[in-house]
Amino acid sequence: MTTRAQAMLANSWNSIGITWKLLRRNRAGFIGFWAVVFFLLLAYVGPLVLPVNMTENVAQIYQPPSWHHLLGTDNEGRDILSEIVLGGGGLIGVSFLAAAISTFISITFGALAAFVGGRTDYVILGITDIILTIPQFPLLAVLAGFVRLSNGAELAALLGLLSWPTLLRAVRAEVLSLREQDFVQSARGLDLGTTHIIFREILPNMFTYIAINFIIGMTGAMYAQVALIFLGMVPLAQANWGVMLSLAWTQGAAFYSGSLSYILSPVIAIALFQLALITFNRSLEEIFNPRLRTEG
Amino acid sequence: MSQASPVSEEQVSTAISARKRRSLFSLVVGNYALQRIGRAVFIIYVVTTVTFFLDRLMPGNPIQVYVNNMVAQYGISYNRALQMAASLFAINLKEPMLTQYFHYLIGLLHGNLGMSLLSQGTSVSSMIVQYLPWTLFSVTISLFISFVLGVVLGMYMAYRRETLLDHVVSTLSSIFHSVPNYLTAIMIIVIFGVELKWFQVGQMRGDLSPGVAPGFTLTFVGNALYHAMLPIITYVLTTAGTWALTMRSSTIRTLEEDYVLVARSRGLKDRRIALAYVGRNSILPLFAQLTIAVGFVVGGSVLIEQIFVYQGIGWVLGNAINQRDYPVMQGVFLVITCSVVVANLLADLVYSKLDPRIRIKG
Repeated sequence: MTTRAQAMLANSWNSIGITWKLLRRNRAGFIGFWAVVFFLLLAYVGPLVLPVNMTENVAQIYQPPSWHHLLGTDNEGRDILSEIVLGGGGLIGVSFLAAAISTFISITFGALAAFVGGRTDYVILGITDIILTIPQFPLLAVLAGFVRLSNGAELAALLGLLSWPTLLRAVRAEVLSLREQDFVQSARGLDLGTTHIIFREILPNMFTYIAINFIIGMTGAMYAQVALIFLGMVPLAQANWGVMLSLAWTQGAAFYSGSLSYILSPVIAIALFQLALITFNRSLEEIFNPRLRTEG
Repeated sequence: MSQASPVSEEQVSTAISARKRRSLFSLVVGNYALQRIGRAVFIIYVVTTVTFFLDRLMPGNPIQVYVNNMVAQYGISYNRALQMAASLFAINLKEPMLTQYFHYLIGLLHGNLGMSLLSQGTSVSSMIVQYLPWTLFSVTISLFISFVLGVVLGMYMAYRRETLLDHVVSTLSSIFHSVPNYLTAIMIIVIFGVELKWFQVGQMRGDLSPGVAPGFTLTFVGNALYHAMLPIITYVLTTAGTWALTMRSSTIRTLEEDYVLVARSRGLKDRRIALAYVGRNSILPLFAQLTIAVGFVVGGSVLIEQIFVYQGIGWVLGNAINQRDYPVMQGVFLVITCSVVVANLLADLVYSKLDPRIRIKG
């Protein structure tokens, strides 16, 4: 077994402890990790624990931040902090689902292209190239206009169905190179079968790689999702950061000092969540790809 | 296996001529430029076809909805409504599908993209002629500025690793890379426009101030730049960092090359090594990235132009989508895709001129 193969094996499932140690040494990544945890807790545990109150109060419009309303109130007198606490779960959930869909497509067809090769590979790569060339966001927005989204699952499906090309190419390249590794070659020599080779030999070795790309997929889905909501492509039924942003923008909250908290709260929440994910992800990349560590 | 069969001279000569023939064939097919052009044309064709069938085959497709609306609301006869739909969408529903498709393609070649549903009497192509130049103007300038800025910063960072500038630019570029560009745009308005009052957001809207006539005058160019400034700043802020980081790692890799060592040992001046040896080679990977950047910036313009009310093609698309003006949506989408495909083609061709290895590998 080559040293690279050994290193890759060491990076698989049972080495989470080592990852944790390396992550703790990586300052930015460690902060990013805790920030991600913070946002997940805020979005999923927060609504159950914190005293959220979304009632409108006409007498309390655009109140400045105070002890009673830590982030002030919006144009209908609702508590902005409550809106932030309640507005993360849906967005994060849709991003997660979208990333899961696109990751599934990328892995299945990327591995298929690399393994079967020949005409299948050619066709899959051809389709990937075409979708990759079309500017993503306009395509997404135009399609959303045709399909008329009605719920989060449909939104996630649309996002996931369009965002697989980059990862597919990467998976294909990775499988192509792993296929030539000694341990895969010996598995082939032992005649262990394609399913065994893909699921037991190759995919475990790509686990961290896929996890990293999954997080990138989530940030992409978050970007596109909020953008679609902002353009008014998704029905504003459920309150979330994107809907808040869209409403605050159409109310002109960005243009008056008194209402800045209303627009800045969702802006900062989304921005920080994205920043946290990407910082955490960068450090994961550095941990699992030692070449990046030495390059800097 | 054990006994090597003698090869006749005839076999050898046919093998050689076959290889010659194949190389002639591969010269045509393998011609990098032709191959790329063919690919670009093919992608544009696929996109037009998909938009056509999207329109026709989607459940509750916009044309049928329009026809039904006309019949139900205005009591127009079905045939009359069909005729109206035909001129609006540049598709005649009465014809068989294939004929429709064929006429649609011919119409496209003549620049017929249909009419806007909302601004009555305005053709989609006239809207594109009016608004596309502003987007091309702002996007081209932004790409140029961020490319040059990225190259200069990246090289400087690679030469002065672990200095303050290196850390500051690295941190800033990962922040601007992570934060969605439309949020950066909103924050520019909030922080610099509303709080610090460095500029008047309202006055900077639109493409030109009232009373400024287009022409090759200094007032016109200055005014156009003034109005395009906020979108340009946003594009540059959000993309220059990525260029810088790519250039930085590419330069670091080049600095380790043997030819740089040889150039140094020959006693060449540092400046000459930096420009002629390191810079010229490190810049190559950036051209490959240009294709991604073009798509990203053009795609982002839909949101950025909405936020700054900069009336380019992205602004038109944003409005059309918001109001479900289907002919405009389709036409603008086609034009945006075509411009990105053409920009990619140009980047590919320039790249292959600069780096012959690409052409040979294919």
